[in-house]
Amino acid sequence: MAGCEPRILDQPDGLEDFSHVILPGVGALPKAMETLNNLGFSDKLKGLVADERIILLGVCLGMQLLANESEEAGGAEGLGLIPGKVSYLKPTEQNEPIPHVGWNGADHDGGHELLNGVPSGNDFYFVHSLSFQAEEAADVIATTNYCGEFVSVVGRGAVMGAQFHPELSSRHGIQILRNFLAM
Amino acid sequence: MLKVRVIPTILYRDSGVVKGRSFDSWRRVSSLIETIRVYTLREVDELVFLDIAATPKRHFPDLELISEISDSCIVPLSVGGGIKDVDMVRDVLKAGADKVVVNSAAYERPKLISEISDLFGSQCVIASIDVCETKNGYRAAIECGTVVTETNPVELALRYERDGAGEIIITSIPRDGTMQGYDTGLIRQVSDAVSIPVIASGGAGEYEHMYEALTEGKANAVASAAMYHFTDQTPRGAKLFLRDKGIPVRL
Repeated sequence: MAGCEPRILDQPDGLEDFSHVILPGVGALPKAMETLNNLGFSDKLKGLVADERIILLGVCLGMQLLANESEEAGGAEGLGLIPGKVSYLKPTEQNEPIPHVGWNGADHDGGHELLNGVPSGNDFYFVHSLSFQAEEAADVIATTNYCGEFVSVVGRGAVMGAQFHPELSSRHGIQILRNFLAM
Repeated sequence: MLKVRVIPTILYRDSGVVKGRSFDSWRRVSSLIETIRVYTLREVDELVFLDIAATPKRHFPDLELISEISDSCIVPLSVGGGIKDVDMVRDVLKAGADKVVVNSAAYERPKLISEISDLFGSQCVIASIDVCETKNGYRAAIECGTVVTETNPVELALRYERDGAGEIIITSIPRDGTMQGYDTGLIRQVSDAVSIPVIASGGAGEYEHMYEALTEGKANAVASAAMYHFTDQTPRGAKLFLRDKGIPVRL
């Protein structure tokens, strides 16, 4: 939908032939990490990122996988590509329903090319129960308000993540995918 | 802040889009692809597509159709109608749906919702409860409203939440298609009981009804069909109305 033909890989051989990689994710982090580790994706991805061979975008659970660790379902380590921790959204006195489902605004200062052409505050489609806390403020590209403020877009060099689903977020979601492919 | 969602429901039966009154007297209203195209152009927040003949007629979801619909849908697409096991859910998700809606099968086989949410995550399961009014109060009904159960819908919603449903869609059968307003009392009971998002359904005729469902009913989203098919009201019109009344919407 953003003007390019994706290939789905279910094992890591050949990953090095790609310039851009999307790490999607639906489900729970511990199980996802187990699968990525067992198939050899974890090491391959880390290696390709370290060698600056790929540009990586994690989406939803995929963004959380980039962290050092998550407390989901008993806890597990992530890929550690962007320093940070993933923890459960905690309702405030407004009693927010969990999971966070629906359209919510992502605020940013226009400085990152992933969000070119996307106004600050634009709504994207979220559906998640945990959020990413970045250790370094410089890695925070956009924030969103739900159960307090959380990081909705994170980025460190060639590794980025979006907590919302660009592929479900109408025109501006598609714009983000186009920006990613143009990087 | 989180916006409320305005969700057109497309009911489908025997290759046409249909709409009924109180789950009866179904009329064919338009062709499916036309409907999808119009809604997509109008930038709806989500689409719910229900094959209402699937359970009564015991047929399987039409995967090719779902695939075609999802190709033109750039917002979340929920698909329901006759979904009864995880294999069907897998097929429907692979065909392009983002979420599945389960109703009769979830009632008849209590483990279904937890099986789906364990495998695919609760974010892709919407538990649908159709409700009728009996002399003993509200009761859940299944099989497209033809079989009334002994179960109170609030208890059922709590059970589904416990089993891992991501959202609940609650439909008043007597009000459905009448355009006389949602059953806000029913919706409020469910919203007060569960802490997952609640989608109001059944009875919307004017934008004001949606406002009532979101305030008095405390719903998180409003689904409707008849008002879009039979009047010139639109999802965007609804959102403009709601915005002017102070409800956060996506425009």
